[in-house]
Amino acid sequence: MPRKKVDPLEVLATTPLAKAVASSSIGKSVATKLGVPPAVELRRGRNNPRGAISLAALSNATLVGSTLALLGRDTINVKVDTPDARTLGDSGRPVPPGYEGRLGALVLDLTELRAVKDLEYVRGVLRPAIRSLERSGRVIFVARAPESYDELEPRVLAQGLDGLNRTVAKELRGGATSNLIWVDPETTPGGLASTLRFLLEGRSAYVDGQSWRVGVAEVSDDVATTDRPYAGKIVAVTGAARGIGAAIARTFARDGATVVGVDVPASGEALAKVVNEIHGTALQLDITLPDAGERIAAHVAERYGEDARLYGIVHNAGITRDRMLVNLDEKGWDAVLQVNLMAQLRMNELLLDGRPGGLADGGSIVGISSTSGIAGNKGQANYATSKAAIVGLVRAMAPQLADRGITINAVGPGFIETEMTAAIPYLQRQIFQRSNSLAQGGKPVDVAETIAYLADPASAAVTGQVVRVCGQALVGQ
Amino acid sequence: MTDHTAVVVGGNRIPFARSHGAYRQASNIDMLTAALDGLAARFGLAGHRVGEVVGGAVLKHSRDFNLTREAVLGSSLDAHTPACELQQACATGLEATIYVSNKIRLGQIADGIAGGADSVSDAPMAISDGLRHALIRASAAKTLPARLQALSSIRPGHLVPDPPGITEPRTGLSMGEHQALTTTRWGISRTDQDELALSSHLNLARAWSEGFFDDLVTPYLGVTKDQGVRADTTMEKLSKLKPVFGRGEGATMTAGNSTGFFDGAAVAYLAEADYAAEHHLPALARIVDAEVAAVDYTLGGEDLLLAPTYAIPRLLERNGLSWQDFDYYEIHEAFAATVLATLDALSDETYCRSKLGLSGDLGEIDRSRLNVNGSSLAAGHPFAATGGRIVPTLAKLLHQRGSVDGRPARGIVSVCAAGGQGAVAILEAC
Repeated sequence: MPRKKVDPLEVLATTPLAKAVASSSIGKSVATKLGVPPAVELRRGRNNPRGAISLAALSNATLVGSTLALLGRDTINVKVDTPDARTLGDSGRPVPPGYEGRLGALVLDLTELRAVKDLEYVRGVLRPAIRSLERSGRVIFVARAPESYDELEPRVLAQGLDGLNRTVAKELRGGATSNLIWVDPETTPGGLASTLRFLLEGRSAYVDGQSWRVGVAEVSDDVATTDRPYAGKIVAVTGAARGIGAAIARTFARDGATVVGVDVPASGEALAKVVNEIHGTALQLDITLPDAGERIAAHVAERYGEDARLYGIVHNAGITRDRMLVNLDEKGWDAVLQVNLMAQLRMNELLLDGRPGGLADGGSIVGISSTSGIAGNKGQANYATSKAAIVGLVRAMAPQLADRGITINAVGPGFIETEMTAAIPYLQRQIFQRSNSLAQGGKPVDVAETIAYLADPASAAVTGQVVRVCGQALVGQ
Repeated sequence: MTDHTAVVVGGNRIPFARSHGAYRQASNIDMLTAALDGLAARFGLAGHRVGEVVGGAVLKHSRDFNLTREAVLGSSLDAHTPACELQQACATGLEATIYVSNKIRLGQIADGIAGGADSVSDAPMAISDGLRHALIRASAAKTLPARLQALSSIRPGHLVPDPPGITEPRTGLSMGEHQALTTTRWGISRTDQDELALSSHLNLARAWSEGFFDDLVTPYLGVTKDQGVRADTTMEKLSKLKPVFGRGEGATMTAGNSTGFFDGAAVAYLAEADYAAEHHLPALARIVDAEVAAVDYTLGGEDLLLAPTYAIPRLLERNGLSWQDFDYYEIHEAFAATVLATLDALSDETYCRSKLGLSGDLGEIDRSRLNVNGSSLAAGHPFAATGGRIVPTLAKLLHQRGSVDGRPARGIVSVCAAGGQGAVAILEAC
C-alpha cells in the first residue's frame, strides 16, 4: 500500500492545541519573539485617518493641496528634519522635530520635483512623519509620471521614487501603508481626488508599496465628493456567489449600485442569498458560453428597461486547475484560459457593441489579475498565464476605449482570506499570510474596495492600471 | 371594472430531490422559502411587497398551519407581503396559480406568487385516534381521578403511530391501485407506458443540457439538478422493471412509469400585464382561462385520476377552442397510464358522449407536442410543487415559440389530483 507522506511539523501545527496556543496571548508573544509580529487590525471602510494630515508640497506645488481642499480635508504644517531643527534628546543625541500627537497621513506633492537635491526635502519630511505615524496611517507620494518629463534628471528621479516608496512601505509598521501616484502635468484636482481619497481612507487598507498612474479627465466636484458614486448605476459582477465576488457585490451595493450578480447555475443558491441581501438581481449563467455577454446585456435591458445600460462590469469569475507543467494536460490548461481570459474577451466585445443593456459610454471595466500572474507561481502555469494576460488586456484596451470615456483597469490580489485559502494547511497558510509588509492576509473586502475605487465615475482619469492588493507581497512587483 | 390581464413573469423551483436524500432535513417551509428566495433574486424582489403569495403542501405538520405566510416571513420578500395557504392535493400549485391570476384579473393585486412544497422525507407522523382521544379527554378532565380514568383507556395498539395517508380515505386504495384499475379498464399497454416514461426522461435531460432550466431553477442544499432524471434510460431498462401496481396480466405499472416520492418546492410569479411592463418584468404567457372538475370515483365508480377529462371539454367550449388547437400540452404524469388514459378517454366517443355529455369525442392530439421538456415521471412529483414547476415551464416554452400561424402560441396544463379532482388551464404566449 502506498504511504502518504506526512510532514510532522504540519501535523503538529494543525492540532487544535497548537491552534489554541497560537491564538492565545502567550502564543502571540512567543510568535512575536520568534520574529513573527502579530497582525494589526487594519483601518477599513470609508474611514479617514484619526490623526492630522500633513501636506508636504515641494517647491510650492499646488495639485495635492487643491485636491485635499476639494475633498474638504484640513492639513497641518509639515515638519522637516534639518540639522537646525533637531533638538537634543534625553540621551544627548540629536532628535528630529516631531509632530504633536499621532499623525494620520503624510501626503507629499512632488509634482515640482526637478533635481536630485530636491530629494533631501523628501527625506526631511519623511523622517519626522514616519516616527509619528498612527496605526494604519498613510504615506502618499504624488509625483509626475517619468514619461511626462522631457529632461533626463526629473525623469529618472520620478522613477527613483518608486524604490523609495516601496522601501517606505517596508519600513512602516502598525498597518501603515505607503503608495505612489504618478500624475500627468495636466491632471486636475478633480481627476486626482478619488485616488487621494481612496488612499487616505480605510478602503485602501491592503494596498501597500504600489505605484500607479492618474491621467487626465474632467470630474465635477459633486462626483468627486459623493459617498454613493454608484447611485442609479447598474454594475454586473461575475462570480458573485461567494468569496471575493460576494464582497465586490456588497461593496458596490453599499456605494449605491444596483448589482447584477452573475454566477454559474450550480452556485445559484449562494448567489440568491448575496443578491437578495443587496436587493440586486441574479443571473445564473456560465460565462464561457459564446453568448454570455449578450445574455448579460439582455438581462439588464429586460430587468431595468430597454434604455438601461450597464455602467460597469467586474470580471471576477475565475478558476484554478493547479498542476505542475510536467503533469498538465490540455484540459486543465484550456479550462483555465477559457474561464479566466477568453470569456472576458468575448463578453467585453459583446457588451461594448452598443446593444441595449450593454456597457454605457463613460462606464468602466475591471478585471482581476493576480500575484501569480505578475510573479509567476509554481504549479499555476495556466492560471499565471491567464492572469498576466489580464494585465495585457487592460493596457491594450485602455487607449481603445478612451474616446468613449470607458475606463478599464485590474486589481492584482495577493493572499486573500477566503473559504478557498482557509483550506490551505496551517503552516503554509501562515507563511503566505505573513509574506508581505502588513504581515497578514487581506480580506475579500480589500479587493472589493479597490475595484470599486477603480470603477468609480470619479476615477475617470484612472485607466489602463493594475493595482495590486497584496499588502506589498514579497513576490512580484 | 377595467380590463386586467394576468401574465406569467417567470418562476423558480429548487431541484426535485429523491425522498430521504439531500432534503431529508428540510421542512416544507424551508423548501418553500428557498423557492421564494431564488425567485426574489431572479426578479429583484427582495424587500418588495408582493400582492399575495399563495400555495401549500399536501403532507403537512400541524405546526405548519400557516405554512405559506411563514415561508414569506423567512424569505427576503417584504414582511408586509400577505400569504394564503391553499391546498388541492397534486393540483395545489395550479389551483394557486388560478387563484392568483383571478385576483390579478379582478384588479385586486398587481402581482402574486403561486406554488407549493412537499416533503415525503419530513412527513408528519400522527398518533392514533385512540391515543389522541384519550389525551384530549385527559387534558379536558378537571380532577385527577377523571384524568387517570381518561388515560386508562389507552391500549397498547394505540401507541402505533399513523403514517401520513397516501390512500384515498373513501376507498382505502392507494392512488397507484386506483390508477391500476383505470389502466386495466382502458387497456393501456406496458409498452405505451414505458415509451411515455422514456420520452419524459429524454426530454427533461435534453432541456437540462440545453440550459432551459438555468432561469427556472435555483440549486438547493448542494443539489443542482432534478435527481429523478435519467438521461441514460432505455426501453430495455424500463421493460425489465417489475410491476408494482395491479395484479396478474394487467399489472403493467412499474417504478419506471409511475412517479416516485420526491421532495421539492416550486413557485410561479404572476403579474398584471401593464404592471409587468412598467416594472420591467418579462411577460412570458397570459393566463387565458381555467377550469377545475371532479369525478365521482366512490359510488359512481369513475376513474379517480381522470377528472381533467371533465374539465377540458368545458374549458374548450367556453373558449371556443378545439382539443387540437394547442401547440403544447402539459399533462402531469402522475403515472404514464394517467396521461395515456386521459388522451384515450378524450378520443373515445362512448366516454365523451356518456360521461361528458358531448356530441362526440374530442379526437387525437399530436403527441409530439406533449410534455416536450419532460414532466413528472422524470422530474419527480413533490405533490404540491408540481403546478409551480409546470406553469413557468410552459410559459417559457410559449414565449420562446412566440406565434404560430399569426396567433400567439397556445398551451394547456392539466393536473389530476387526489380526491378525484383535476385542474386545467390555458396559457397563451405574450
